Amino acid sequence: MTAIKAAQTARFDNRHSYLMEGSVVRLAIIHAVVLLVLTLIGVGTAGAAEPDGSRRQALVAMVRQDCGSCHGLTLKGGLGPALLPEALAGKSAGSLIATVLSGRPGTAMPGWSRFVSEAEAAWIVDQLLRGFPPVDAGGRR
Amino acid sequence: MNWRPVIARVLAGLATIVVAGCAGQPVTDLRGTGDLGIVIERASGSVQIVDHSRRQSLGRIEGLGDLSHAHATFSRDGRYAYVFGRDGGLTKIDLLARRIDRRIVQAGNSIGGSISQDGRLVVAQNYQPGGIKAFDADTLAQVGEVPAEYAPGKFSKVVGLADIPGQGFAYALFDAGEIWVSDFTDPGAPRTRRFAAGKQPYDGLVTPGGRYFMAGLFGEDGIALLDLWRPEQGVRRILDGYGRGEEKLPVFKMPHLRGWAVADGKAYLPAVGRHEVLVVDVTDWQEVGRIPVVGQPVFVMARPDGRQVWVNFAFPDNALVQVIDTLEGAVVDTLSPGRAVLHMEFTPRGEAVWVSARDDDRVTVYDTATRKSLAVLPARAPSGIFFTARAARIGF
Repeated sequence: MTAIKAAQTARFDNRHSYLMEGSVVRLAIIHAVVLLVLTLIGVGTAGAAEPDGSRRQALVAMVRQDCGSCHGLTLKGGLGPALLPEALAGKSAGSLIATVLSGRPGTAMPGWSRFVSEAEAAWIVDQLLRGFPPVDAGGRR
Repeated sequence: MNWRPVIARVLAGLATIVVAGCAGQPVTDLRGTGDLGIVIERASGSVQIVDHSRRQSLGRIEGLGDLSHAHATFSRDGRYAYVFGRDGGLTKIDLLARRIDRRIVQAGNSIGGSISQDGRLVVAQNYQPGGIKAFDADTLAQVGEVPAEYAPGKFSKVVGLADIPGQGFAYALFDAGEIWVSDFTDPGAPRTRRFAAGKQPYDGLVTPGGRYFMAGLFGEDGIALLDLWRPEQGVRRILDGYGRGEEKLPVFKMPHLRGWAVADGKAYLPAVGRHEVLVVDVTDWQEVGRIPVVGQPVFVMARPDGRQVWVNFAFPDNALVQVIDTLEGAVVDTLSPGRAVLHMEFTPRGEAVWVSARDDDRVTVYDTATRKSLAVLPARAPSGIFFTARAARIGF
């Protein structure tokens, strides 16, 4: 029971942080600013602090399962668009990283910055552009 | 010596024994299918056939392709499950013989389907190519289709497909913001009526009697409601502006709708971008309450008797399930069935509910009265759980 209570308390805090988020307009501005900053500092294929092995596995599982709710387990698309290399070809890494972190206002894509750091988002985008790895056979699917 | 007659006689004798053996076999296996069901194992392309009286697995069937977001409907004799895979696969499973009866790949990207009033047509709803397709329920031969071409050259993803009385199917077009109702009385020439619904319908349901079709909207706060008895009146909006202009919370997984939402004269519906279950009186469609819950609701499912409503949640609150007492209008229990709870299915009369936990590779069976675990079944990344009782329900 205490675990559930703790979880509920934590969730209440999360909700509080949701409420701190601004309007759609503000999200759009954040999106633009993140994009600009990422472009300026040249975050692209090699993030400064790449996630380590176990965190990578967690990220792969998250992308395939949770992003997969909309984009499909195989990332070939669902209610959301395909995230396969050929579908992303021509899009800049910086723009994609900004989308992962702050979502796309006016669409069903939420921002995931509560769950992934900038470096992790950069790593995810890099992997997506190369062809996303399968969930490790020894870990979670 | 001529051995031929001797060999013939021996063979005839053997044949008699074999035939007798076969004839005897079904007697020992004879059973109904009313307490059978399937559990989707989404990542391995397999399903388990389960018995919800004995709370046990009867076996696993492999080779169903990509089963992420898989859905199933049942033949009206309850013998066959039609499983719709994300990759467009449509697999007909024989629950008694425990094998694949037929399998086709009918689209590039599919999310579910339904069966016609007379049980003769199985209809799939597709994202790619956007539209619905009808198949002969016996042979899976395609007999008709309605491409979701809402403007010249523009096709929409189809969501919320539900069978309705009169060989009809109602569904929503995510990209077009419309509800379509197709009459498949002549499967080769379906007649379709179109209705404006609202921005980004994400799923739909038909009420248990088959009269109303509802489409939940993602792009605006409200639900589109169509009276199928009086479709000429068009879509009306209910729960309009339920968000009260407040900033939406992020939605990390789309909610789902189905006819299980209706309990004791009220519909219990997931709010979008709010951690609430919305309650609507189905006689006048006015909001009569909203119940705070721990996260973004995904499935809001009434126990068949309507006294309880069970709710699971989108990431990151997907390790919890909450139970609403409909008389109290409040959450009375919070359960932790495992990591990534994806689906729930009640037994036909609701004494138990089966709950899948993807990341803990298990299905937990709960006693709905005491909320004690009755059984835990191992399963590989389980998602949807579908029992044959759906075969007899409108809109499933």
